[in-house]
Amino acid sequence: MPLREDIKKVLVIGSGPIVIGQAAEFDYAGAQACRALKQEGLEVVLVNSNPATIMTDKHMADHIYIEPLTLDCVKRIIKIEKPDSILSTLGGQTGLTLSMQLAEEGFLAENGVKLLGANPETIHKAEDRQAFKDTMEAIGEPVIPSKVVETLEDAMDFADNVIGYPVIVRPAFTLGGTGGGIANDSDELHEIATNGLRLSPIHQILVEKCISGWKEIEFEVIRDAKGNVITVCSMENFDPVGVHTGDSIVVAPAVTLADKEYQMLRTAALNIIQALKVEGGCNCQFALNPDSFEYAVIEVNPRVSRSSALASKATGYPIAKVATRIAIGYSLDEIVNQVTGKTYACFEPALDYIVVKFPKWPFDKFVYAKKTLGTQMKATGEIMAIGTSFEAAMMKAVRSIELGLDTMSKPEFAKLTDAEVGQKLSDIDTDRSFCVFEALKRGIDVNTIHDITKIDKWFISKLKNLADLEAWLADGALTQEKYDTAKKYCYLDKSIEKIACQTLEEAGIKRRKAVYKMVDTCAAEFAAETPYFYSTYDDENEAEEFIKEHDTGRKKVIVFGSGPIRIGQGIEFDYCSVHCVWALKEMGYETVICNNNPETVSTDFDTGDRLYFDPLTFEDVDSLIATEKPDGVVVQFGGQTAIKLTKHLQDIGANILGTSAESIDAAEDRELFDELLEKCGIPRPKGHTVFTTEEALASANQLGYPVLLRPSYVLGGQNMIIAHCDSDVSEYMEIITSHKLENPVLIDKYLMGTEVEVDAICDGTDFLIPGIMEHIERAGVHSGDSISVYPAQTLTERVKRVIVAYTERLAKALNVIGLVNIQYVVYNNEVYVIEVNPRSSRTVPYISKVTGVQMVDIATKIMMGHSLKEQGLPTGLFPVGNYVAVKVPVFSFEKLHDVDTQLGPEMKSTGECLGIAHSFEAALFKGLIAAGFKMYDKGGVLFSVRNEDKPEIIEIASRFEQLGFDIYATSGTASTLIRNMIATNFTYRVSENQEPNIMTLLESGVINYVISTSETGRSPARDSVKMRRKAVERSIACLTSVDTAEALVKCIEMKKSIDDVEMVDITKI
Amino acid sequence: MLTDYKKAYLILADGTVFEGKSFGAEGSVIGEIVFTTAMVGYQETLTDPSYCGQIVTQTFPLIGNYGINDEDYESGGSVVSGYIVREWCEEPSNFRFRHTTVNDFLKQYGIIGLYDIDTRRLTRIIRESGVMNGMITNIPDFDKERCLADIRAYSVGSVVPKVSVKTPEEYKTDGAKYKVALIDYGYKHNIRRELLKRGCDVTVFPYNVTADEIRAFKPDGIMLSNGPGDPADNTASIATLRELIPDKIPTFGICLGHQLLALANGASTVKMKYGHRGGNQPVTDLELDRTFITSQNHGYAVVADSIPESAGKLSHVNANDKTCEGVRYTNAPAFTVQFHPEACGGPHDTAYLFDEFIELMQKEGGER
Repeated sequence: MPLREDIKKVLVIGSGPIVIGQAAEFDYAGAQACRALKQEGLEVVLVNSNPATIMTDKHMADHIYIEPLTLDCVKRIIKIEKPDSILSTLGGQTGLTLSMQLAEEGFLAENGVKLLGANPETIHKAEDRQAFKDTMEAIGEPVIPSKVVETLEDAMDFADNVIGYPVIVRPAFTLGGTGGGIANDSDELHEIATNGLRLSPIHQILVEKCISGWKEIEFEVIRDAKGNVITVCSMENFDPVGVHTGDSIVVAPAVTLADKEYQMLRTAALNIIQALKVEGGCNCQFALNPDSFEYAVIEVNPRVSRSSALASKATGYPIAKVATRIAIGYSLDEIVNQVTGKTYACFEPALDYIVVKFPKWPFDKFVYAKKTLGTQMKATGEIMAIGTSFEAAMMKAVRSIELGLDTMSKPEFAKLTDAEVGQKLSDIDTDRSFCVFEALKRGIDVNTIHDITKIDKWFISKLKNLADLEAWLADGALTQEKYDTAKKYCYLDKSIEKIACQTLEEAGIKRRKAVYKMVDTCAAEFAAETPYFYSTYDDENEAEEFIKEHDTGRKKVIVFGSGPIRIGQGIEFDYCSVHCVWALKEMGYETVICNNNPETVSTDFDTGDRLYFDPLTFEDVDSLIATEKPDGVVVQFGGQTAIKLTKHLQDIGANILGTSAESIDAAEDRELFDELLEKCGIPRPKGHTVFTTEEALASANQLGYPVLLRPSYVLGGQNMIIAHCDSDVSEYMEIITSHKLENPVLIDKYLMGTEVEVDAICDGTDFLIPGIMEHIERAGVHSGDSISVYPAQTLTERVKRVIVAYTERLAKALNVIGLVNIQYVVYNNEVYVIEVNPRSSRTVPYISKVTGVQMVDIATKIMMGHSLKEQGLPTGLFPVGNYVAVKVPVFSFEKLHDVDTQLGPEMKSTGECLGIAHSFEAALFKGLIAAGFKMYDKGGVLFSVRNEDKPEIIEIASRFEQLGFDIYATSGTASTLIRNMIATNFTYRVSENQEPNIMTLLESGVINYVISTSETGRSPARDSVKMRRKAVERSIACLTSVDTAEALVKCIEMKKSIDDVEMVDITKI
Repeated sequence: MLTDYKKAYLILADGTVFEGKSFGAEGSVIGEIVFTTAMVGYQETLTDPSYCGQIVTQTFPLIGNYGINDEDYESGGSVVSGYIVREWCEEPSNFRFRHTTVNDFLKQYGIIGLYDIDTRRLTRIIRESGVMNGMITNIPDFDKERCLADIRAYSVGSVVPKVSVKTPEEYKTDGAKYKVALIDYGYKHNIRRELLKRGCDVTVFPYNVTADEIRAFKPDGIMLSNGPGDPADNTASIATLRELIPDKIPTFGICLGHQLLALANGASTVKMKYGHRGGNQPVTDLELDRTFITSQNHGYAVVADSIPESAGKLSHVNANDKTCEGVRYTNAPAFTVQFHPEACGGPHDTAYLFDEFIELMQKEGGER
């Protein structure tokens, strides 16, 4: 069936800000969808509130709305754009839910809009627990004994009297399993079920028999309207059922299933997609009893998902692209497989390698958070590694995940006794795979580990192979045979040396470089056209052959990507990397991408001319350089991951395009940076470098509190705090020294002024600042967690001039060639520099989109020798446009138990959204709405603030009071407010253990907003932290900065609804 | 396995030598080297009689993960000449695994194996040059030129007699409605199981059964099995099938059976460059306008244009290379497919063809 005649203009809904459970994979899927639609000559309208994405880029659609993903906004956009169709299955749960609501309300029918991809009936059958169960039963597919309930009483009754414990609670219609969990007894069920019922938008949960210990297997399936069905990929979880698949190590294809089990589940997956009549991609998750053929369907997602992104990258089969074509009328046997160019999309990929996915968790930042894993996803991102054996893929995975590891040995486990290791095996947490490895090294046998963990013996035995290999390496002299075997398992040379306690030179070892094999969807059965490679230690180098055969004579550039998505290094760096590649291609360069993140657009096999899916360590990069022999390499768009390679690349003689290694060092090395500032005559807050607690305390007292503490070489404010007193300093130094950070700690005077951020482009002679951004929150809240406003609203002309002048001086002094990001604090009308990053930054995508200055493209051209003047661009500060853009951070606190929500110098947000309007107020309003704030016109506001904030909170409280809100406060805050004639309801703190207690108050539902600031935070035992966590659990907006509170009250005062603000098509800016 | 191994070699007819390690039986063996892209189902592959005379290479690198069990045999044993994998699993994990690893299995059936070579490189050589003879040996100082002479002289030859039953075998099912004659050219046991499951008593006849013997048996249907080798070598079997055409007995053919019936009807077959072997081949059913994923194992194909119009017409094509995957006959109640609807290993998506065979027998003769 060809393209449907009745489709001309399609609305694509994106997935919004990055949150745990819904991340970059939807930018990848959405970008593929937009491109596929445009290739068919269709007009594409896009709505997505996330400005850091590729899909909201001008190339991707004809009309682009970076607007809140609410029903009202989407309706208004439909009214404006009048699309004839809407594609529902490419924008994650958010896009799907919105589409379904629009359809069910009859809005789509009224406006003549067809729903493509999935119909409400399909979605209902897959997502409504009872309907799903009924559908599965009707086609004879087994499900786990369970019951859908809407009250706590029913949940308890079913568990207590029907199925027994343990039980799993799964709330309906929540992302990444939010609010779910395993309950081992009725007390636990009481807590989890209460929470789950509240978080489910339809107040419905599933209480299910816990089948922990069963294998978890997934199939990615595709179906077209003709009824053709195929499976793209099978996947098997390292962890048995019970750990969310997003938090489990996953391998593809499934490895422990014989043909009988494999075909049984594959057939089940095909039956399910046929029964649901999905037209496009679908993910089926199964639990398989390891001791029989018994299985159960766990979950079905009738849309593209994180798993489909992984499956696409694991196989080379572009699921989102194919699903899009199916949605507009094509059938699988008409769509050509781009990888081979010879075969069709109607086939099943055959792999001749194994893929390991490893999750990236945020617990290196959240030291107090629970690392335990369950049904609620906690990972912010993931990496994928490809190898010809599980062992090799695992070794690559462990160094791709950026935990400072190059083998499975976790240093802190070395200190444990055997008994402690044995004990720790039963913890289901983020360290489990490392713990298993430690246990194997201690000689605990495979069966014992299996009995405790229920991890399949296959995986444990494979890890044992690694342990055995390491024991062999450590035993006696290193030989070539040992070395070659270790290389086959993809050990780094330096790891081999470390384990063998010898250098390769001493042992007379001939070093090996990696060669590359192709990912071709067909296990070499057909010659492939699209070049996608991974490293192995074989003899044949397919990449080298390919490069020779396809020699274009063009100059070649490698762009290094940014690795896994984590807090502080997110999707924005993928945006930058991809843009750089596009710019290079446009200039006629041959482009090569190296990255290891399966969720991203950069690792789509046709983004660059060649893709290498590999770790980003020195040795991995050496092999790549040896094979590709590039004319230049780009590191400044891949975040800290790529920046870290700079010096090494320079040492091995690679031509680093743009800002040099020395300049990067000058910006990151404290002493060099101080010298530079002095030379430029630019002030920065006073500070020192310290190593011990004693030094830190002395320094802090000399500078005067508050002070800012951080380790040198930080990213995303990792481990950064503001200390107000000696005990803060001591606590901090204790944590830092326990983490054995080798770098010193920096201690600075903390200036609580206005934070300003600038991204500039410099060619060595001239510079261009697309815009100055001002943060709503004063310095002290990490820039990534601040509400950022472009153009700056409160700065005087003089201050702006100083900022421009400092930026010029710094950019030139650092000899920046390309992008630089500078953070300033304006304190008492003086401008101080806080930080300089000679690379792309988080704000580049949004500033590029709202100013129209394509920063990455321009910077790339500069790196290739085209000055700003040559590009016909102005210099200095770019004129301010007609629009104000407000970037609002989005957090995933409800998924991370025990994480304090108090904002500080350590970044905590996972994503962001943007509000664009002609006025600041309207833009702020849209930004807050997009970030999920609800604008109540009455209700209750709870205040509990630290002493420094008390004077300022009076005005905010009085404004809330005037709006008709009831004011509540804890003792100190209450007395301040009452003294200032604000009628305040007093409430006790948590530990005061008296009514009216703050916890009861939050439970009661009368509180709409919480404004809470505290001297210190972090430890979950503290009152303020408990209170903020309660607010998160109750889904009550909790503001931890007076400035954010002020912004919110300003929006409420406008008494606007979303219908009062304009919808902006950014392609028309 | 880190230090305890013997070296072994693969010598290809084009002179390429791979150095790997020995597993299974030791010694030297020559065969036609083929590769299968199936990711699961190695036990079914090893016991599939169609691989007789061939050295089978697995493109999926991890083989033996779930061991060998007692139930997944597709024949009484294994007739592959040799077996090449990248890595075999010493510690399989599966509830049906008892103690036999792939290594044990190969030893048990005297099959010479080779592991730890770059199987992708080997596959690419075969893809580019076409199927090729080769030798696995664990004699380190082999005389390459002499080996090459032997390798080049090798031909799979007429192997059907080797794998077919010698005398008829009867399999009964409770309440059988049909009586099927399964002509065994090297049949996979799941063909028999699929028929039994659908209420057919199955009698397995040797490949050289005569037309009169079949007539005397009065079957409701004839099932022509898969099998190894060049279809054109089986002149007697082809003649038998030609003789049976006028009898209009419902007939269903799979793989070699499909090729033999085509040859009996005057069509021709051709040797493919490297064949189709795996569990992911898309086949379009032209009547249904649907494409199915199929299990395949064949090195020869029926030339689509060669099917006489008076005999029948093309019913299935391979969606990738458009080769003939099935014929529906008009001169007799017969249909045949190149692929394996009985699966094992591979997808069961075309099992509906067995139902069609039952319907055909029902239509032509009715239940007994």
